Amino acid sequence: MKVLLPLIIVGGLFLLGFLGATSGMEWIFGVVLPYLAGALFLGGLIFRVLSWANVPVPFRIPTTCGQQKSLPWIRQETLDNPHNTLAVIGRMALEVLFFRSLLRDTKAKIVDGERLTYSTALSLWLAGLAMHWGMLAILIRHLRLVTDPSPFFVTFLEKTDGFLELGLPVIYISTIAFLIGGAYLLLRRLSSPQVRYISLMNDYFPLFLLLGIGLSGFWLRHLTRTDVVAVKELALGLAHFAPVVPESISPLFFGHLFLVCVLLAYFPFSKLTHMAGVFLSPTRNLANSNRRVRHVNPWNYPVKVHSYEEYEDELRDKMKAAGVPVEKE
Amino acid sequence: MATFDEPDFYQKEDLLQVDMLPPKTDWADTPVDLRPGTFIYPGKAKNLEILDLPNAREWAVTDDDWKLPDDWKKTVLEGMAERLSRYRSFKVFMDICVRCGACADKCHFFIGSGDPKNMPVLRTELLRSVYRKDFTALGKVFGKLAGGRPLTEDVIKEWFYYFYQCTECRRCSVFCPYGIDTAEVTMMARELLGLLGLYVNWVIEPVANCFRFGNHLGIQPHGMMDTLEFMVDDIEEATGIRVDLPVNKKGAEILLVVPSGDFVADPGIYTCMGYMLLLNELGLDYTWSTYASDGGNFGLFTSHEMMKRLNAKVYAEAKRLGVKWILGGECGHMWRVMNQYMDTMNGPADFLEVPRSPLTGTVFENASSTKMVHIMEFTADLIRHNKLKLDKSRNDHIRVTLHDSCNPARSMGLLEEPRYVLRNVCNNFFEMPENTIREQTFCCGGGAGLGTDENMEMRLRGGLPRGNAVRYVQEKHGVNQLAAMCAIDRATLVTVCDYWAPGVNVTGVTELVANAMVFAGENERTENLRLEPIPGRQPADEEEDESGGSSDE
Repeated sequence: MKVLLPLIIVGGLFLLGFLGATSGMEWIFGVVLPYLAGALFLGGLIFRVLSWANVPVPFRIPTTCGQQKSLPWIRQETLDNPHNTLAVIGRMALEVLFFRSLLRDTKAKIVDGERLTYSTALSLWLAGLAMHWGMLAILIRHLRLVTDPSPFFVTFLEKTDGFLELGLPVIYISTIAFLIGGAYLLLRRLSSPQVRYISLMNDYFPLFLLLGIGLSGFWLRHLTRTDVVAVKELALGLAHFAPVVPESISPLFFGHLFLVCVLLAYFPFSKLTHMAGVFLSPTRNLANSNRRVRHVNPWNYPVKVHSYEEYEDELRDKMKAAGVPVEKE
Repeated sequence: MATFDEPDFYQKEDLLQVDMLPPKTDWADTPVDLRPGTFIYPGKAKNLEILDLPNAREWAVTDDDWKLPDDWKKTVLEGMAERLSRYRSFKVFMDICVRCGACADKCHFFIGSGDPKNMPVLRTELLRSVYRKDFTALGKVFGKLAGGRPLTEDVIKEWFYYFYQCTECRRCSVFCPYGIDTAEVTMMARELLGLLGLYVNWVIEPVANCFRFGNHLGIQPHGMMDTLEFMVDDIEEATGIRVDLPVNKKGAEILLVVPSGDFVADPGIYTCMGYMLLLNELGLDYTWSTYASDGGNFGLFTSHEMMKRLNAKVYAEAKRLGVKWILGGECGHMWRVMNQYMDTMNGPADFLEVPRSPLTGTVFENASSTKMVHIMEFTADLIRHNKLKLDKSRNDHIRVTLHDSCNPARSMGLLEEPRYVLRNVCNNFFEMPENTIREQTFCCGGGAGLGTDENMEMRLRGGLPRGNAVRYVQEKHGVNQLAAMCAIDRATLVTVCDYWAPGVNVTGVTELVANAMVFAGENERTENLRLEPIPGRQPADEEEDESGGSSDE
């Protein structure tokens, strides 16, 4: 149910895009919905980020993963235990670009019925990297559709990405990385009993959606050979707010595009916001400088304490008898 | 016949049969199994009343009816809303988990119990599912389909069980790609439970004691004097030195704040004696305080507000006594509070001076705002400057390993200082496997207020990863002592080591320092601070008898 339903929904959404386009609703699926989805994505994401940013960070609570900066002759592990903003930027860069924390992953196991062992487990890190970097490359490559002429970095990326020169048109490494990475994450979710147990529809749905987008994109490029010129005409029109819907676009393309629209619209309301949220995580984006620089809590309020006077008033006789100095004799 | 609150009740073979396969039923439909040995008794009404906490009443975990206040649901949801608007950590952690499961087998309780709700991801889902239902757009519309779950009394029971089965050790947050910290979520959940008057007594009674008497054990000033004087006598017996005992001394340079666990129980008291000897030998102008007689702060395990209420005394006392700076003893969660909360909550400490070691002239710039230095930083600096006369061969019979305590490791990064000190006071120091030390260190299983006997099964299970690593170095290197810079460790790891690695004793680092120190005018040292004979240091005629006797230890 948790797996099948989102699969069916994603399949149905693709069909909906496909059928919508064949039944003369190209304008709706090619123009109206992309704009709507784009607006939802941007607006939703801004709303979401603001909803986090508007909440104060009352305490500086970094998780330290290495030696602190203390005595001058002890070597600090700057990137795992940053002491200032620059070091924090370094830590965040490692986290966001290379998934530093995930790289630590291990698998714990009891062997011989009594020995606990920890073995390096790199597959999640690797698959995650492949999928995310693949997706980024694919996104950048798609810029070709909304720019004319394409910027140098897009052309450069296309060349590098396709250097294997496999197939015609060339199969990009990023496509393969994205699909294999995504497929592994799905398989892992299904096959590891623990991960399957914690998985929700909220986890399967975006995975199917991303894989559906990737597969339909692959299909459009390598199997049905869409009219790229027409697609670019549509994309350029959208980008310049002068939409046109060329006749010759395959309805399959609208299936692909509709899945992208659903992804964009769904994005801000889902776990996919981890993309933005990771930058706001207080255990990672703060320096471990609490004892050197005071952190201010904007809502710090007075609390009821037990003052020394109250303490001494209750215990004065006992203190005096035991020879403990007191304020009032 | 042992009972469920004693280690002997549990067979090692049984505990090692950890079934990590989740049950057939969905987690949301699997009720809590409240079996004795795995939960902690409720907070007594009298303790809540001392602290002016709402909904004080007597109840039992095994009762069907927990006598929740009438509007409990509203209270919890409003409490959540309030915290979501105050703590970015809470809000972000509720929103961005992708359930990748990298945290799952990083939790000592999951490794030791196999209970899927001890996977950090699922522990936080217990709260997150309610958040989704009541605070997110998708959850409001799609409910269960979007992973939402209505708040029911059973959910509250589940929260109570599992959020008091988390030691707030933060190990999971090291591995999380977004740094989601279960400790933070546990703290929020405990605050919410607290709104309904639901606490565990092992936390709330120490809190009540600490509020009134300054320390968790409820030691009153005369009792503290007795305890410390008793230690002064023992120190004299072991070393021939009669140390000074400055208490509540106005105008002293340094206020010493330690965990009160070091006042009473073996082996913590030897660490306490170590502080006394060290500071006395250096001729430091320092003072104990009966009012700020505990740096430990079970408020951390109760609520942010309670943490602040208990911590306020430290700066207040430093101000009253007119000291220049504060020196902190070996304690784990106390240092979480001192390093990450104290200055924000109760600072600024602008009436104190930037700590400067009077012996080496070292200025502790890293503590220039809080004005509080860890004794390991202080001691490492002394050794570096050759200010201590050490005979480390006195510790030659000790083969020691270091247990990094969770909070100094993952909320501070105090990793090299204790190692430097240990290497300078012991010839035989061995590290446990790398996945079990430093930032990856495993909890003792009894932190965050879980170290009570009625929770014995979970303590032993949670202590398995640590115990197993100790056992490993015991077999490989003949390790016979485990040093820990934490009073909770020194209490709970004794049980864990006795069970999983029998023959390994627990010690504090400063105890080993004091045993290696050569004091001016000391006796010929034949006994250590535990008043045990030091092998090879006996007069020739006694040597043989003693070597037989000491192997019992």
